[in-house]
Amino acid sequence: MTEQDLEAHFAGTIEKMSRIEPRDWMPDKYRATMIRQIAQHAHSEIIGMQPEGNWITRAPSLRRKAILLAKVQDEAGHGMYLYGAAETLGADRADLTEKLITSRQKYSSIFNYPTLNYADVGVIGWLVDGAAICNQVPLCRSSYGPYARAMIRICKEESFHQRQGYELLMTMMRGTQGQRDMVKDAVDRTWWPSLMMFGPPDDASPNTDQSMRWGIKRHTNDELRQRFVDMTVPQAEKLGVTLPDPELRWNEARGHYDFGPVDWDEFKAVISGNGPCNAQRVARRKAAHDEGAWVREAALAHAAKVEGVKPQAVLDDQNQILQDDQSERLLATSEATQ
Amino acid sequence: MTDDSWPLFEVFLRGKRGLNHVHVGSLHAADAEMALHHARDLYTRRNEGVSIWVVRASDITASSPDEKDPFFKPSGDKVYRHPTFYDIPADVPHI
Repeated sequence: MTEQDLEAHFAGTIEKMSRIEPRDWMPDKYRATMIRQIAQHAHSEIIGMQPEGNWITRAPSLRRKAILLAKVQDEAGHGMYLYGAAETLGADRADLTEKLITSRQKYSSIFNYPTLNYADVGVIGWLVDGAAICNQVPLCRSSYGPYARAMIRICKEESFHQRQGYELLMTMMRGTQGQRDMVKDAVDRTWWPSLMMFGPPDDASPNTDQSMRWGIKRHTNDELRQRFVDMTVPQAEKLGVTLPDPELRWNEARGHYDFGPVDWDEFKAVISGNGPCNAQRVARRKAAHDEGAWVREAALAHAAKVEGVKPQAVLDDQNQILQDDQSERLLATSEATQ
Repeated sequence: MTDDSWPLFEVFLRGKRGLNHVHVGSLHAADAEMALHHARDLYTRRNEGVSIWVVRASDITASSPDEKDPFFKPSGDKVYRHPTFYDIPADVPHI
């Protein structure tokens, strides 16, 4: 097949809303764009463990601590699903980690803001994970199969994240004035950065057209941002918090909420390395990687030592399969004789 | 690529008894036993499976999409393998 035939076949697959799978031919630029997008998404999940991880040791009860641990563990899991998807495109895992800790690949700007009080845990769940859900639900239909499948898994788990955050905030809003002030402080700091999570406005997002054609993106940044605002305003009202935007109001004619201008200079500053916590986040990730080097080496040395000897768990699993097979055969025999 | 990278394993899960194992994704581990434990932590945090298989990605032999047409061709022209190939009068019961 010629390059042109391959391109036509690729375009046809996307046209039919079918999925591109790992060993399919794909244009180099599709592969590169997909790797970059998935890697940045994976990095965001991994760096995203830090702002909330900050509060694990100081969670106010065992219940809240267990929830927070489970949530941070999920973020690690999401990062792993996504690195796995990137690897199906030929990316190398060690190389991706290297690119993150040397700041050659980016992650979501939102994680460069500090979590100054415990209500930030709730606000991250409600607003940051809420924005992430808006972004991610359409990605479950991404044209690249392994990414779409990872997103389905992730979206199922994000729902727990958002609900635990909202419940935490409801609890604090029922508490003391001091607790309500903490919620207000956290919402005031996080509202605008969560609107920035959808990326630059459509007229400043040059790659959107190509990404829509390739089925990498299903909606524009501004469409998703609007959807998030429309979803969130009634939740804020129910919670009893005021979102920090005096221009926020329902527009009957549009059937949407109008909102004030986002400070895109701040977004550019944070994304290019000058946010409050950029250096700290990357340094922490690098330290964890460096300090884990001896574990990776020791595990490999151990694996080499026991090579040839099958691990007990594998033997157990194989025995289980044999037993299953046997009982199935017995069942088949007894059915045949009935 | 650094020297301390662990090999890649593919993970298959049986969701519940009576179902086949299905591929769910991949992970890195130093050996098969560690891969099983990681697979449990990564893919079954919410009771998604009752049994896990892990296999080194390098041990999988797969058909290639490049040979897709010729490779699957043998079944393409054998319509008589499908039940709808056969015309049966509507008044014949249970068939």
